[in-house]
Amino acid sequence: MNFTQQLLVPFLYALSWNPTASSEQTCAIDSAPTEYSLPSLPYAYDALAPYISSQIMTLHHSKHHQTYVTNLNKALSLESSLTESADIPTRIANQQAIKFNGGGHINHSLFWKSLVPASSPHADTSNAPNLAKALNADFGGLEKFKDKFSAALLGIQGSGWGWLVKGVENGKLDIVTTKDQDPVEAKYVPILGVDMWEHAYYLQYLNGKADYVKNIWNIINWNEAEVRFEGGRADVFQVLQSKI
Amino acid sequence: MSTTLLRTTGFRSALRAAAPSTSARCAGLAGATFTRGKATLPDLPYDYGALEPAISGKIMELHHSKHHATYVNSLNSFSEQMGAARDSENVAAQIALQPLINFHGGGHLNHTLFWENLAPKSQGGGGAPSGELARAIEGHWGGLGKLQEEMNKALAGIQGSGWAWVVQDAQTGALGVKTYANQDPVVGQFRPILGIDAWEHAYYLQYENRKAEYFKAIWDVVNWKAAEKRYK
Ligand SMILES: [Fe+2]
Ligand SMILES: [Fe+2]
Repeated sequence: MNFTQQLLVPFLYALSWNPTASSEQTCAIDSAPTEYSLPSLPYAYDALAPYISSQIMTLHHSKHHQTYVTNLNKALSLESSLTESADIPTRIANQQAIKFNGGGHINHSLFWKSLVPASSPHADTSNAPNLAKALNADFGGLEKFKDKFSAALLGIQGSGWGWLVKGVENGKLDIVTTKDQDPVEAKYVPILGVDMWEHAYYLQYLNGKADYVKNIWNIINWNEAEVRFEGGRADVFQVLQSKI
Repeated sequence: MSTTLLRTTGFRSALRAAAPSTSARCAGLAGATFTRGKATLPDLPYDYGALEPAISGKIMELHHSKHHATYVNSLNSFSEQMGAARDSENVAAQIALQPLINFHGGGHLNHTLFWENLAPKSQGGGGAPSGELARAIEGHWGGLGKLQEEMNKALAGIQGSGWAWVVQDAQTGALGVKTYANQDPVVGQFRPILGIDAWEHAYYLQYENRKAEYFKAIWDVVNWKAAEKRYK
């Protein structure tokens, strides 16, 4: 594994791309860098209304998420050309672009799947019986978890995300927040993530982010949350394997 | 909240560092923001709609009357808690409150400076700096266009919420462009000359995801007179 790959591993691991495994296939030929593409939404832009407006969903998916994907591909492409040179400072600077845009791609891909139209059966918490048991054990019940999670979301200073996570080692549930587009650390399985960037709610809720947080509980995909809770990181990040 | 608290907490010194000491230079900041030891929301020196079309009236109204007001209220509330933690000599609580004072106190300082460094065209917005500041900009950047280019590049590069500032190094007097995350205030080594809010709430209702258009348009309402007063 070369220096670049060592630097990239934590992020590419999160992106489900294993440079060690693929190097045998790709080293012999001078392959093009991996390209990521915008995943399609599992529902229509207006399907989450009235809790998240169609306008927000359209911009958030087709503009914001697309920009992360575009800039991630640019940064990965630059990285692969930089590996030929010994320009370490430029390569290090580019790591931050990979982290930010790769994180943006990961986080939004997970977010879309965490949401579901309120009319869907999957919006019902009865879809997550095992997760509910664990929420009881670790938070004292679903309502107490919701209160604590909502408080964590509203406490974020600036742009960021709130996550319900499961410890990879101990299986324990926890709430963490990540700043900007930092992805959830590798020691956790992300179960449920909520985007607290202003672009996620501003056109509809303006400065009233507490209402956005209150309303989002109507459109949580508890079926997806249960699947992630039962699985490991590899299962969760499968959504990101839609690379070309 | 006691006035003793104001003298001893971090944001008081932050305020002192951010604001020039002569009252003529900072009447708006020093005069309007504190009453009986409490931070208060300063009035805007122009109407909410006065910066159109660069910034819409709706954005200005929410930004000032809701966002800035929330920073002021939260600052006062956390300052009060800081006073109680100090009185009870609870060091852990004081330390836990510091990031909250930094965030909400920074939000108050930054927005107060921001309103001052904007103005409608009829009140001198847009155009170019004059005097000492103009000469310093010419010397450092070789022209206003180059400074605007560097600022806009810095603004576009902010990953998340934050601000870009033209700052002056208090020791060397040199100008530069710096970005600050979230509501981190311009204090200490650097003096704020001109700040631009790159939080999404500053432009989203009008520009949506097209933030580069906001960064381009805002130069039409930059109040260089305020920047000149801050430059020493
Ligand atoms: Fe987002
Ligand atoms: Fe702001």
